Amino acid sequence: MPTAENPLVRVQGLKMHFPIYAGLLRRRAGEVKAVDGVSFDIMQGETLGLVGESGCGKSTVGRTLLRLYDPTAGSVVIDGEDIATLSPEALRKKRPTMQMVFQDPQASLNPRMTLATIIAEPLDEHTDWNAEKKLARVHELMDQVGLNRAFASRYPHEFSGGQRQRIGIARALALNPKFIVCDEPIAALDVSIQAQVVNLLEDLQDRLGLTYLFISHDLSMVRHIADRVAVMYLGQIAELSPRDALYSRPLHPYAQALLSAVPEPDPARESSRKRIILQGDVPSPANPPQGCNFCTRCPRVFDRCRIDEPQLAEVEPGRFVACHLYSDNQTGGQTAGTEANEPTNKENVQ
Amino acid sequence: MTDTSAAARPKRPKSSSPLLAIWAQFRSHKGAVFGLCVLGFMLVAVVIGPWLWVPEKLSVAQAIKLKNQGPSLRFPLGTDQLGRDMLARMLLAGRISLAVGMVAMTIAIVFGTLIGVLAGYFRRLDGPLMRLADMFLALPLIPLLLVMVMLFRDKIAGLIGPELGAFALIVFAIGVTSWMATARIVRGEVLTLKEREYVLAARSIGVRPNRIILRHILPNVVSPVMVAATLGVAEAIITESVLSFLGLGFPPDFPTWGRLLYDGLQYMQVYPERVIWPGLAISLTVLSVNYIGDGLRDALDPRIRGR
Repeated sequence: MPTAENPLVRVQGLKMHFPIYAGLLRRRAGEVKAVDGVSFDIMQGETLGLVGESGCGKSTVGRTLLRLYDPTAGSVVIDGEDIATLSPEALRKKRPTMQMVFQDPQASLNPRMTLATIIAEPLDEHTDWNAEKKLARVHELMDQVGLNRAFASRYPHEFSGGQRQRIGIARALALNPKFIVCDEPIAALDVSIQAQVVNLLEDLQDRLGLTYLFISHDLSMVRHIADRVAVMYLGQIAELSPRDALYSRPLHPYAQALLSAVPEPDPARESSRKRIILQGDVPSPANPPQGCNFCTRCPRVFDRCRIDEPQLAEVEPGRFVACHLYSDNQTGGQTAGTEANEPTNKENVQ
Repeated sequence: MTDTSAAARPKRPKSSSPLLAIWAQFRSHKGAVFGLCVLGFMLVAVVIGPWLWVPEKLSVAQAIKLKNQGPSLRFPLGTDQLGRDMLARMLLAGRISLAVGMVAMTIAIVFGTLIGVLAGYFRRLDGPLMRLADMFLALPLIPLLLVMVMLFRDKIAGLIGPELGAFALIVFAIGVTSWMATARIVRGEVLTLKEREYVLAARSIGVRPNRIILRHILPNVVSPVMVAATLGVAEAIITESVLSFLGLGFPPDFPTWGRLLYDGLQYMQVYPERVIWPGLAISLTVLSVNYIGDGLRDALDPRIRGR
């Protein structure tokens, strides 16, 4: 059983570089450092939110975690086994423990398969049940995600976006996984449907004791569902903090800028909201800047940032930041935050 | 009566069995139904026709007198330059032509799809297999067929008899020289399909590559394959006639539609019907196969079937 020292998922120094081939002879001209040294732990039953702007490597982290890509370096230990180095057959046996919910529910369902065959596919692969038992399990799963049993023989195009995402979730649940990577599961849905799907995910977590990596660029949705949040910038984690601490007082300058962009529903507070507007563009991940990745746009940049690469370090209990402002001597005038919650202490926000 | 009909009526208008749904959609495509009828009629005609319509035995003298006749009750499609009954020859020729067209097309499609899927899915095989296809495309087809026929005709004829031997050789020759287009189309399609999220989802479930190909990739390349297949039938029939014309296909006394067409070509200005009959048969076959392919493609696609 995973404990505090023994998390369900432990990622260390994960790197995923995609080679670039160029020129007449298709020589290797460089690499896109989509994920460049990411480390984090996820406890059993916890939801880790992973946020960041488009192209910062969030989805690549999710996919590399399940070894849909072969990582360039680093280890991904899920439930005691290092996914990154498993043999293909051992990996296949391991697949039932970890599943994925995809971003685009339209694209992630084969248009030529009926709902029942889609949901039963994991069962076909990993069990030797007979047709009746599989169908019973499919019906059970459909009940769990709130789909009418009569829909079993319909095709994906006959469903709405929210229903399709439920199909995707049912498929991910079919083998009783412990860990699910939710790769922007709500990004392609209407706002009215987003809440339904997120509540369903939370509901399932409570009932089945699931552990999520919730990838999203929707900061308010992550605030709703996540226990801890990792903010990514250009293939690296800038800050990894408990949710409430991060949202009330972000430490990393990038996290501050990102969170200042979240609109405030209260007009009085909205008028006093100060937006930090970053200058310039994200550097190319094929050619990241020397030193800190954020040094080209950071409002609080100083000389050292352009030379040394900051490491992710615990600056307050439970809060990890990769920034020189907080590194050796905490001279930033920050005091240890009292609002830093226990990671697994999750409020019920329904 | 009313009770049973009410009980038999399904709750949903759509039928529950997928085969019935496919058939229902196929029937709604008028062209496809028409094509199926025409092709079915021709198949029945060439299979049982030669038994029903036995041409009268003519002596050589009679045959010379009766050559180049127009359509009459005695000879519904007239006679040829040797006084042979055209209807009987058309029926017999249809057997060969349809069989060659279908079998050669099947070989080409199966082979082309296999190569295309392997090349598209397994990156390591892509280069070698596609260069092989390029090589076949670069080969001049007719000389290659000539060489194949010259080398192997007698050996195969000795093994399984002259007619079956010629059939096997021609079908094989046409099959192995016409798979490249299909392979290229399928490879391109597979390359896009394998990056789709549902294939990624299947991989994340741990589905083995052979099942991914069979379940997720092949059903989704059906449409381009269908188009290639229908065009392939026509091409095979024509190629066979070219070979026969060059004296390398079936023996000259052995009728095929292509052969009848070429025989009639010399007399086209005097007796145009001698070209029209085989030409019509070939065109109708190609057209009906095309329509059937079209209807089948729609019927197999659940997105179209639904509405």
